[in-house]
Amino acid sequence: MGGTPDQHASGSGDDPSRRDFIHIAAGAAAVGAVGGLVWPLIDQLNPSADTLALASIEFDLTKVSPGQQVVVKWRGKPLFVRNREPVQIAAAVKDDNAPMPDPQKDSDRHKPGKAEWLVLIGTCTHLGCVPTVGGGDYGGWFCPCHGSHYDLSGRIRKGPAPRNLEVPTYAFLSDTKIKVG
Amino acid sequence: MSGHSTYEPKTGVERWLDTRLPIVRFMYDTALDFPTPKNLNYWWTFGGILALMLGIQLVTGIVLAMHYVPHVDHAFASVERIMRDVNYGWLIRYMHANGASMFFLAVYLHMFRGLYYGSYKAPREVLWILGCVIYLAMMATAFIGYVLPWGQMSFHGAVVITNLIGALPIVGEPITTLLWGGPAVDNPTLNRFFSLHYLLPFVIAGVVILHIWALHVPGNNNPTGVNVKSKADTVPFHPYYTVKDGFAIAVFLLLYAAFVFYNPNVLGHADNYIPANPLVTPAHIVPEWYFLPFYAILRAVPDKLGGVLLMFGAIGVMFVLPWLDTSKVRSMRYRPTARLYFFIFAFFCLVLGYCGGQLPDDPVLGSPSGLKLLDADINSFVWLSRVATVYYFAYFLVILPILGLTEKPLPVPESISEPVLSHPATTPAGAVASPEKRG
Repeated sequence: MGGTPDQHASGSGDDPSRRDFIHIAAGAAAVGAVGGLVWPLIDQLNPSADTLALASIEFDLTKVSPGQQVVVKWRGKPLFVRNREPVQIAAAVKDDNAPMPDPQKDSDRHKPGKAEWLVLIGTCTHLGCVPTVGGGDYGGWFCPCHGSHYDLSGRIRKGPAPRNLEVPTYAFLSDTKIKVG
Repeated sequence: MSGHSTYEPKTGVERWLDTRLPIVRFMYDTALDFPTPKNLNYWWTFGGILALMLGIQLVTGIVLAMHYVPHVDHAFASVERIMRDVNYGWLIRYMHANGASMFFLAVYLHMFRGLYYGSYKAPREVLWILGCVIYLAMMATAFIGYVLPWGQMSFHGAVVITNLIGALPIVGEPITTLLWGGPAVDNPTLNRFFSLHYLLPFVIAGVVILHIWALHVPGNNNPTGVNVKSKADTVPFHPYYTVKDGFAIAVFLLLYAAFVFYNPNVLGHADNYIPANPLVTPAHIVPEWYFLPFYAILRAVPDKLGGVLLMFGAIGVMFVLPWLDTSKVRSMRYRPTARLYFFIFAFFCLVLGYCGGQLPDDPVLGSPSGLKLLDADINSFVWLSRVATVYYFAYFLVILPILGLTEKPLPVPESISEPVLSHPATTPAGAVASPEKRG
């Protein structure tokens, strides 16, 4: 590319369609080669298989007494496991129809028949800080970074966070054991 | 670069080299003989100060990298080892940490200089934009560097800032994952941040070379803002400005040394001496002082994406400034109205910086007023931030475009020499006499 045209390349010395073909083919090959090299250089930044393999944990619920919360590390982030008392569940259900930025029923945020167990990813949906338990105007969680208030169902009620605290994929292995991820 | 070289090789070796790689000629023309306006004041010394600070950060950084371990289990301990055990490690690290602050102090003064004297206007638009690129790269480097000690502020600062990018629609989350290298800020993040922190300063150095190149094509702006008309308006860079810059550098280094030796942690946060814990966020998470104005803009907006866009917009607007200011007069010396707005702008930048360090809902004066406007009390830092943010953007997007068309500037001097020569009584004769003869 960019060199002087080779006078000996084509016999007639003037065959534009053949020359164009060579230019386009060479250019396309170069673009393909660069693209083929750039993608590995970008994709190496993505999580590798061994990083993703550490994705699920089991947790023994007997460690959490009523009204308590235990924080465990899951995929590098805090995981909240909260054992709600009946009054707290009632308060959360009562607010089901209250105006909120990300409306959700309390029953959609726990497993059926397991209303006392709230399992949430403990990072504020605003900018990822860890909210403190029991704080804020709604008794759920309060994020100290930019003042987001979450209720007893982990729903955002006030402040800059756009979404409710995320519920991870989890399942009850038995009445006292869950598997997260 | 300036076209006409006055370099004459004196020795045989210089003559031999000059016909093969005229690097001595290049250095002579750009750093010694370069014709420079004779009226530059001390606000023009920050370019040299910045070059020195970049050099100090590079040297101390390369040395620190010889002892630092970029791994979540060892990073914090390796930094403590640098502080306690490595010979002069404490000095080198304090120089590096405080050097970043001094670098930003100098760059802010350098930028306000450019804003006041209209250094961004034609024909220096590219020079200004390259400066904005350097500033952006500096912010990226400083943020990434602050993560490396892996203290509580390092970690949660990294979480918050990378989450900002996640606010962007569609591309946000994939980019955040690329930065993290996993589902959260963790060891892969620290590793790549270390790699980038080593790379970016050299990128900055490269753009600095372009910045100086773009400076030497039109030459320096000057306090009057009028173009150099003749050789009588200039003096050679050496010895006039090497000496002036040298004096300013010495004074600046005194301030730098005062921080390094007498209060090396005053600009940092005590929380960063606690090892990173992903499960607990510090109660007051604040960035370093040089990011506070932008942090205040971020928090002024109740919407996540809106806040992020406005924060990046605050930097983005600087890139297009050369086309926003419609005034033909460069220096605000001759724009009394604009000067007033400029000082209000500088004041509000400081206000934003102050607000960024406070809790948003805290009252600015006394106790809360009880008057709620939208989501917060009127007497709160969030409302003060909003007022300041509006002015920040209005200055660039409304005031400068309109003012250039409506204001009446003062008469601009014919040349750099003219205002000096027309008031001989007010100027000490000796101070300017010799540069003129020399030029």
